[in-house]
Amino acid sequence: MTGDEASGYFDHDADFGVIGRGATVEAAFVNAARATFALMWEPETVARKEAIDVEFEEADVELALPTWLNALLGESAARHLALADFALEREGSRWRGRAFGEPWRDDLPSSTGVKGATLTALAVRPVGDGFEARCVVDV
Amino acid sequence: MDLARLRSLDEWTWALPRHGGEERNDVVLYGSRELLASMDDKVLEQIGNVARLPGLVGAAMTMPDAHWGYGFPIGGVAAFDPDAGGIVSAGGVGFDISCGIRCLRTDRTLDDIAARLPKLADGLYRDIPAGVGEGGSLRLTVPELDDVLAGGAQWAVASGYGDASDLEYVEELGRAENAVPANVSPLAKKRQLGEMGTLGSGNHYLEVQWVERIDDAEAARAFGLFEGQILVSIHCGSRGLGHQIGTEFLLSLAKGASRLGIDLPDRELACAPIRSPEGEQYLGAMNAGINCALANRQILAHLTRSTFAHHLPGSRLETLFDVSHNTCKAERHLVGGKPRLLYVHRKGATRAFGPGHPALPERYREVGQPVIIGGSMGTGSWILAGTPESEARAWSSASHGAGRAMSRAQALKRWQGKELVRELAGDGILIRTRSMRGAAEEAPGAYKDVDRVAEATERAGLARRVARLRPKICIKG
Repeated sequence: MTGDEASGYFDHDADFGVIGRGATVEAAFVNAARATFALMWEPETVARKEAIDVEFEEADVELALPTWLNALLGESAARHLALADFALEREGSRWRGRAFGEPWRDDLPSSTGVKGATLTALAVRPVGDGFEARCVVDV
Repeated sequence: MDLARLRSLDEWTWALPRHGGEERNDVVLYGSRELLASMDDKVLEQIGNVARLPGLVGAAMTMPDAHWGYGFPIGGVAAFDPDAGGIVSAGGVGFDISCGIRCLRTDRTLDDIAARLPKLADGLYRDIPAGVGEGGSLRLTVPELDDVLAGGAQWAVASGYGDASDLEYVEELGRAENAVPANVSPLAKKRQLGEMGTLGSGNHYLEVQWVERIDDAEAARAFGLFEGQILVSIHCGSRGLGHQIGTEFLLSLAKGASRLGIDLPDRELACAPIRSPEGEQYLGAMNAGINCALANRQILAHLTRSTFAHHLPGSRLETLFDVSHNTCKAERHLVGGKPRLLYVHRKGATRAFGPGHPALPERYREVGQPVIIGGSMGTGSWILAGTPESEARAWSSASHGAGRAMSRAQALKRWQGKELVRELAGDGILIRTRSMRGAAEEAPGAYKDVDRVAEATERAGLARRVARLRPKICIKG
């Protein structure tokens, strides 16, 4: 990833590294989720018809990133939903998120399935005026 | 990889010397100078971290196809003694628990089926569910899925998918013992209810291949192989269920490591003592994941047979072998000349029992276990046989694939999926895929030379080459 894009990728031999940037940690996590799901479906082709909510407790901000991404990936797979838009709030160690998308359909252009977020190259850190969140996702 | 950091033990075996008071077990890397030089330095960092884990017996090792993984390098092998504080690591098994290859041998030759290849490719593409969000025709309830997780391929055969004769040629006769379905979370099960009998995406595939060359006539006879013969290889694993188990235990074990008195050199190596409630809980879930993968490949083998029966009536497809390459297995190995129970992690590495091993089916016992090194969709694959010396060198382990030479992101910059599929068709290789982007990520040029990996595997004494395969049809997710 170069420049100041909100979402992007970095190299990993076998899989993909995803990056999210934002003014807050929560915004960076939202953009990391966009990067993750954009590997599977082109966001502009996914309709915002249904919403799912995810909630979790995590005091460790770094571990919260794979926890957030895995919660979304798990629900997306279990409910057969393609997701494209995300929102996330935090109160202390309590995280509440929402994601929007539509049921999988055969004519939805898809590419590589992302199965889980890992702790590899995991980092959540201040960058410039905001934050950057990154980890490798397993495809 | 900077070879200056390594000491050559022989042309195919390398060691990472310790510096100062560094406290860790030995690190041994197998492969040629050329293969090691092409590896990322992260491989060395990761296997060095594995060598620091508690209860490790002997060296932490990498196979000739190693590349940067998660915690463990892919191609990593490490054995732990449960009675010496040894651990089981979720990162050492990987996310796609029991990912592996089912290889079927047919009674047909390339000449027999050449004219029908396009229709066979279309039929397999239609009948084998593959790709993102592609569910199978099988829809299970949670109690039914629990039966799968307890029964593995034995459940699949009892449910009408395949033949009991298949089971003799599947590791553990198709069923991992000590699986505890109750240790698998409701979300993991929910992800799997509609995914049994599906291939998935990424590097998973179903390939129709032909035997281009036999290198070891005796082993080939035992394996039922001959030149020109058509084989089918199915590469996939435990799908969403395995991944969910992996991610959930990875996070919980990483958070609990300090409480268990484990100083993790990398959080991705999240682990627990084998003899601890946490370790036993993970092992129960992991064995359930293994059974999920074994059942999945059994169902896919059955679907493949149905497609062959339609397009090539009367054809016979027998299981050559089913090998997993993401596992932790309790095995007896010789340590200092005495048998000892060890928990052998093979992350992107294949078990490769040598001749005479009691776990092998009678038919293969004199020549050793079939080892399958899956290559890229444009080049080829290898079948090898386990060797006697692999026991002492690598706890009877060998390479599992060609190994990536470049990242997926780099591959996407270099290749276009449609152009690639057209080029391969020009070479007589039919690709059927739901994702042209996925095809570009899996471009043959993104992988190392499988012939060099197979050669290094043999020269390092891990397994010996038996037959080289060439692809004709590849179904990708």
